[in-house]
Amino acid sequence: MKLHEYQSKRIFAQYDIPIPQGDVAATPQEARAIAGRLGGPVVVKSQVLVGGRGKAGGIKLARSPEEAEQVAAQILNLTIKGLPVRKVLVDPAADIRQEIYLGIVIDRAASKAVMMASSEGGVEIEEVARTKPEAIKKLHIDPFIGLRSYQTGWLARAIGLDATLVQPFDRIARGLYRAFVENDASLAEINPLVVTGDGSLLAVDGKMVLDDNGLFRHPELAAMRDVDEETPTERTAREADLSYVQLDGQIGCMVNGAGLAMATMDITKHFGGAPANFLDIGGGAKADRVATALRLILADPHVKAVLFNIFGGITRCDEVAKGILTALDEVKPQVPMVVRLVGTNEEEGRRILNQSSYRMITATTLAEAAQKAVAAARGELEA
Amino acid sequence: MAILVDKNTRLLVQGITGREGEFHATQMLDYGTKVVAGVTPGKGGQTACGGRVPVFDTVREAVEATGANASVIYVPARFAPDAMLEAADAGIPLVVCITEGVPVMDMLRVKAYLDMKGTRLVGPNCPGLLTPGEAKVGIMPGHIAIPGPVGVVSRSGTLTYEVVYALTARGIGQTTCVGIGGDPIIGTRFVDVLALFEADPRTERVVMIGEIGGNDEEIAARFIKEHMTKPVVSFIAGQTAPPGKRMGHAGAIIEGGAGTAADKIAALEAAGVRVAQHPEQIAELVAAG
Repeated sequence: MKLHEYQSKRIFAQYDIPIPQGDVAATPQEARAIAGRLGGPVVVKSQVLVGGRGKAGGIKLARSPEEAEQVAAQILNLTIKGLPVRKVLVDPAADIRQEIYLGIVIDRAASKAVMMASSEGGVEIEEVARTKPEAIKKLHIDPFIGLRSYQTGWLARAIGLDATLVQPFDRIARGLYRAFVENDASLAEINPLVVTGDGSLLAVDGKMVLDDNGLFRHPELAAMRDVDEETPTERTAREADLSYVQLDGQIGCMVNGAGLAMATMDITKHFGGAPANFLDIGGGAKADRVATALRLILADPHVKAVLFNIFGGITRCDEVAKGILTALDEVKPQVPMVVRLVGTNEEEGRRILNQSSYRMITATTLAEAAQKAVAAARGELEA
Repeated sequence: MAILVDKNTRLLVQGITGREGEFHATQMLDYGTKVVAGVTPGKGGQTACGGRVPVFDTVREAVEATGANASVIYVPARFAPDAMLEAADAGIPLVVCITEGVPVMDMLRVKAYLDMKGTRLVGPNCPGLLTPGEAKVGIMPGHIAIPGPVGVVSRSGTLTYEVVYALTARGIGQTTCVGIGGDPIIGTRFVDVLALFEADPRTERVVMIGEIGGNDEEIAARFIKEHMTKPVVSFIAGQTAPPGKRMGHAGAIIEGGAGTAADKIAALEAAGVRVAQHPEQIAELVAAG
């Protein structure tokens, strides 16, 4: 789960990381009031959960409360990468002498958290990694020992920080690590961490991504989820505990297992079609689950055919077949369906489907199923 | 010969009185696996699976009484870290965690502790291990596999079954099928299993099923190039996955342009691995030799 900039920075502040004393506005009038309270020039920043806000015109400077109101009105009208802007953060404009990057992520290969710092702040770290990898300094953190001052001291010197900033940098770096651990984050990032004109450090932008699996420990963080940032379909899927990702093709895919679901999307593409979604119905595949999943798929108007690919392992194909029929009774789809059932009790499963009043296209191999789904979506094949 | 588990494995089931635990313990017993003990705190002294398996309160007691030398875990995610630590603390050398949804922050500590103890962990969020005709540890359907010369290692569940099923349908059997799991932090990675297959005299060739996210496949490619003499066939799921979206598995996500299927396929092909374009081609490539 991604947090907004203002949410991330508020968490950082709880760990003694200095942040600008701004506030969030949902209307241009609120933005004006905040700017008036802050005095002096402000930065009005769109709060959407995508990168590239600046390039999209979602971050602007305002020199007066009146200008803040105008700028906020423009920004609140924007849609950035498909997401409408509903809130802006109004921060006092910082006096920037230097921009640093400081972040923590999980290094899978090392099975450790890794802290990264760079003197090249203010741009995306992936960009720095491509163009100037030597500017990124990394240190791994032992989960039992934690992050120590000698490590942050090394990091500060490695990125060329002034000696007077080593101590404040240590406080911020160790605060960021505690924020990362205590909130079950998978990413915590300050970019840029600014060296101001008067020689202090300030976390001007912040980003946190939380581990969904850790959210049960943090109800207060789970409540911060911005449901406006999900499509209605994604929201329904999440609430039904289904793994669903909307794509832009025509072939709806319903599969048990994440790896097989990806492979089903891939083979659809391989045979000239395009998947409309990723969907893992999980183990068991009970009728109500299949019905919910089918409704999700058919809610997408671009779907021209549905491909069921079920591998019965512990899950039995006859049970899945019954689930599919119950779901069809409920949902009554108008597009062709291609069904492939394989594995435990597959003959029984196919027999159940064949005896039903629904006309379905059946297939035995995955390649056959994918080819038939592609043809059906083009209107070249009927049940 | 096989890797990790065989007919001599003495298996302990943590969470044996739960719905999943008891169902799968029975399946493992029926397959012929030596399930010697179960653990559920507070239920010591009872039996599970229709009286076939004694239940203990703690792993330590179970190990002392039965000589269990491997454990499989079916407890809910919030109890799984403790279950893994308890198994390692009792000196069990192999722990297989089936549980999905274990927080990464817990896994960082669990993995560091198990490494220190010298305990091998498979998973979490994995289907487990299957040595056809000898032992089944986890949730893989036993009947789709037959004994033979191919080692199978995968980050996925049903996709693995699909591939094993296709191999079996062609009469190509397997030494051991290993599901390493789809989480970002896992106990056993591709390179670990590849090394075991390379050293196993009965394994003649290897199938490796990867997916988007992380760079485990790239690391495996380097290992294959430098250390493997046995031929490897691979498939990478998620060629059509969009960046920034998690595809079901916690670890299956393209982040910051890294972890794409294209990068992984290129790395594997450069290491001499034949990469299938879709899952059914895997069996064809293996059959072709």
